[in-house]
Order: sequence, then structure tokens, then C-alpha cells
Amino acid sequence: MTAPALVRDRFGAFGGRYVPETLIPALDELEGALDAALLDPTFDAEWRDLLTHYVGRPSPLSDAPRLSELVGAPVWLKREDLNHTGAHKINNTVGQALLARRMGKSRIIAETGAGQHGVATATICARFGLECVVYMGEEDMRRQSLNVYRMQLMGATVVPVTSGTRTLKDATTEAIRDWVTNVRDSHYIIGSVVGPAPYPRMVREFQSVIGRESRAQMLERAGSLPRSVVACVGGGSNAMGIFAGFVDDAGVELVGVEAAGEGLESGRHSASLSRGTPGVLHGSLSYLLQDGQGQVYPAHSISAGLDYPGVGPEHSYLKDSGRAMYVAVDDGQALEGFAMLSRLEGIIPALETAHAVAWIAAQRGRWASNEPVLLCVSGRGDKDVSQVREMGILPL
Amino acid sequence: MSATTSSDPLSLRFESLARSGRRALVTYMTAGHPDPVQSVALMRALQDGGADVIEVGVPFSDPMADGPVIQRSSQVALEHGVGFAQVLAMVHEAALSIPVVLFSYLNPVLAAGPEVLVRASEAGVHGVLLTDLPVGADPEREAWIGAGPLAFVRLVAPTTPVDRMREIARHGRGFVYLISRLGVTGMQANVASDLPDSIARLRTATDLPICVGFGVSTGAQAQAIGRLADGIVVGSAIVQAAERGIDAAHALTVELRQALDNI
Repeated sequence: MTAPALVRDRFGAFGGRYVPETLIPALDELEGALDAALLDPTFDAEWRDLLTHYVGRPSPLSDAPRLSELVGAPVWLKREDLNHTGAHKINNTVGQALLARRMGKSRIIAETGAGQHGVATATICARFGLECVVYMGEEDMRRQSLNVYRMQLMGATVVPVTSGTRTLKDATTEAIRDWVTNVRDSHYIIGSVVGPAPYPRMVREFQSVIGRESRAQMLERAGSLPRSVVACVGGGSNAMGIFAGFVDDAGVELVGVEAAGEGLESGRHSASLSRGTPGVLHGSLSYLLQDGQGQVYPAHSISAGLDYPGVGPEHSYLKDSGRAMYVAVDDGQALEGFAMLSRLEGIIPALETAHAVAWIAAQRGRWASNEPVLLCVSGRGDKDVSQVREMGILPL
Repeated sequence: MSATTSSDPLSLRFESLARSGRRALVTYMTAGHPDPVQSVALMRALQDGGADVIEVGVPFSDPMADGPVIQRSSQVALEHGVGFAQVLAMVHEAALSIPVVLFSYLNPVLAAGPEVLVRASEAGVHGVLLTDLPVGADPEREAWIGAGPLAFVRLVAPTTPVDRMREIARHGRGFVYLISRLGVTGMQANVASDLPDSIARLRTATDLPICVGFGVSTGAQAQAIGRLADGIVVGSAIVQAAERGIDAAHALTVELRQALDNI
């Protein structure tokens, strides 16, 4: 996979390493281990073996006849929901846990929003016998209590974060504080294409398996590349993973769908690319929801996994360069997308994915009947079912 | 850049301390904590208590290098609506005779715009220290800060290799801030066991004065570290004392001053 305009540790103007000095040697070590691993056939073989026999890859590419009929164009679904643990997150945690083991780190730290990344981290830590500590906002623990229990079942310690907005942003800050304190024996598995270099590149690298597989599957099943590739964007790892397979195909449109929360004009949303300005948070320069004083706004989304005021720096680069376009879908539309994919295709998507479903469903007439659309189903919706039911949302 | 040839107030202060064989007492407070009015009184109380340098913290919403005490003070300051302009107004109003170093995360500085360094200098600030802008992270912005009117104070960590210490020292002015241990800001019972080794390695890398911070809170710790370094930085303990009142912060400053002067 080629890295677009990666100048040292940057994507255009974005990215970088804005971290306390204490972490710089650890990031150097990680970068060295990553670059060595990516050139090492043994690492590649170990990683692929786990993806095949533990995660269950390749994930299928499903056609979606009834959604296609509604949209007026063939819609294809890349089924990351069918991975072990039910989301794309495990592609990255398997890769990073292998790296941690090579670096001799015995303790793993992670942050989680919806809990999918926390579960994927706890899973691979159980398999490798690594100590696992997951930081999770108190508010998210309430919204996603089932995932908290899953992590605990697999032996992880889940630490409630009570500072700030008690969501993903604050869990990430707390995980960084842990890492600064325990940097010698701990590896921090960041769950998205965010954070200081080399994390955005590394997570993209591990998630790009989604894009590579779906490109081959599209050529085989649909007989052509997609006209558009659509994925939800919080931090942006599933989107970056699937975009990576098509970024060099100039004829393929890349669309990231952000969470508009209660509406882009409400001030309560998570649409960093649509409404943010460049700023520095959690180690990198990227689009950010912030006030005029450089204070970070609390994000909002119905979906805990998109509830983050920043975004991966490579997305900022793709936005400014015009290679990708970013749109936003609000909470209500996302709930419709959630119900729609469930009813039309028998696939209950994660609320995160539901944003991308909703955007596609609203675009009837945008594509000709022979222009395929590829949607990344980043995760399954089991984790969201009780939340949606409690909101009183009735089946259509 | 050598400390002995500089004429900025920060370097002059350290030269004067060195001549009299005294150690520097650097005290930290968060601007806007306990509230904007008391903040100005607190700056003066720290000066009156015997501080050589005051680090004025710019509140930030996501202080990833700070422990609970400074996090809380930042939050309080933000609730009082304290932004960069208010921080500078407080420094200006305090009209201190000792050097002032701004202690900030990068984002509020970037948001304050390209004239921020000049404005800070005009308000009575002499140096700037940025927690999340390590040497080499952003050469363009580092050059902008380095070329400005403020002394760009850089941090060294216990994990920093000695060749990188040299690199950091080359880009720093005023003094080098040595982080005493792994972790975030906050009070600790003991001084890190590898601190003497870190100081010794840093001495081989720089002629700049070395001030040690993170986890320093008592007179006994001040003495132990003052025997090895050129100064100490006390943050969370001052902030916590200030929560009890300006008098408590003043008393702690006096205690630390006496401890350092009795080495």
C-alpha cells in the first residue's frame, strides 16, 4: 500500500508527534519495530495466520438486493461485522499485539468508546496471555455495559474514566497518562488512525486488509471497481482501511460519513471534518472540534464509537486534497439506517455503520444502475440493540 | 546557545543564583485558579515567598501530561472563562519583578494566533514551555517560537537518551526542565531512584541550568534534589495549597525557599 504524501511522520500538513518528551523514545522504538515487522515475512505470516484462523478472514462481500433496489444502484457490503468480536477493530489489535510481543512488552493499555476496540484488545490479550487495562468513559460504560462485561470475562481490567465528558476523548487522555507512567513495560494499542506517529500509519496499515480484500472481491463478484466507497468516520479506522484499497484508483469516489449528532447547527455533533478546524489533540495535528481559544469541544453522537472531537490526520489530508469527500448524518437518520439495514437485508449494523447506511439510502438517483456502491459494514449492532430499544424505537 | 552569554531575564536570574551559590525555586500555578482575581494575588504571594521564577499554566481542556490536581485546576480556570488573553492580562496585572514562564499545551498557543509570543512578551512573560511540543516534532513551529521574544524552555525525560539530551539542550534557552520520573504531574512520597543518574547524564549534555520537576512537594525533597540540580519546580503541591488559600501557598513557598537555602 502506498502512503499518500507521507513526509516523515506527516500526511501533508497533518499528523506529527505532539506528545510529552517521555514518550518520544517509545514512539521511536515502536516505529522501528513496525518498519522491521512490515518487511519481515515471519511477521506477515503470523499476522495472516491469525487473521485467517482466529479472526475468520477474509470477510465476505455480500450483495444487498433490497437496499440496492431502494438506492437504484447495486450496493455491496463488506462484512467486517462477521469478524471474530463483531467489528473491524480486531484487524488492528492482532497486528499491534504481535508487535508488542516482539518488543517484549507484557502489559497492554487501550482506550475504548463503544467498547468494540476494548473487546478486540481484551480478546487478543487473552489469546497471547498479556495483561490488559482498558480505559472507558463512565458514560460509555453505561451505554455499552454488555461490552464491559465481555472485556471482564476475557480477563481485562476496565477502568472507568470520570474526567471531562466521560467518553472516548477522556478515555484516550487517561490511557496516554497511563502510558507515560508505565511506558517501559507497556504498549498502548490505539484503536483508530489517530494519535502520534506512527499510530495513524500503523493502524491504517493493519486495517488496509479491508480495502485489499474488498477490491479483489469487487472485481471478482461485481466485475468492476465500485463507483463509490462509503464508510463511517469517527477516528476513521474502518474508513481508512477500506479507502486504502482504492485511493490509487482515481475513478473511485471515497466518501466518509461523520456523525452530525443532533444536527450540524446544534453544536452537538462529532463532525470534525465537516465543522472543525485544524488543531492538536492526542498527539497529532488534524481537524478538531474546538473553540476560538483552542479548547476542545465535547463531541456528541448517539453512537459511542463516533463520539470523538478529533479525526485521523490522513482523513484531514484526504479532505484538503479533495481525494475523499466527507458528509454528515444525524442521530435520527442513523436510527433509520439501523432499522433499514436490519429490515431490508437481515443485517443489524452497529450504530456507527448505520450512519453510512443512512447516507447511501438517501442518495437515490445519485448513481446509475450500473455504478456499484461499496459500503463498509464496520461492525454488528448487537451491542446497540438494548440502547435503541430503550429509546423506544419501534421496528418499522 | 550558552546561558552565560544571554541577557534575557531568565538567564540573568540563573546567573545571579549561580554566583551566590543558591538553587532556583520555580513555582507553578494555573492561571485562573482558584479564580482569576486570586490568581494575581497568588503570583505576588509566590514572589513574596521567595520564588525565583513563576510558571504560569495556561488552562487546557485535555491536559494529558497532568495528574489530578493540575487537571482540576485547569477545569476550574476554564469554568471561569480563562483563555489566553485573560492569562496575559493576569501576568500584566501582577507586574512581577521575577521572570515568568508560560506553561502550556500547544493547541491554545496555536489558537491564540501568530502574534501571541509578542503579546506575551509585552504582558511581562519571559519564557515559554510547551508540554506536547518535544524537540523535532514540528521544526517549523519550533523555529517560530525559538525566533520569538520568549526563551523557549525544553523538557528532558528519564527516558531521553543522552544524544537526544544534547539535541534538546541545543534548542533550549533559559534552563532545561528535567522530568524527575515517568508519569504525569503530581505529588510523590519519594524522589525517583534514577534521578541522580538522569541529572549526571544531562550535565554531560548541557551547560544550561537544570531544574527538576514532577513530584516535588516538600522541603525535604527540595533539599535532596537541590543538592544535585540547579533548581526545583513545584507544581501540584502549590496548586493544592492554593486551594486552601493564598496564605497556604505563600507558606509552602517560604518553606521550600528555606529548605533550598539551607543546603
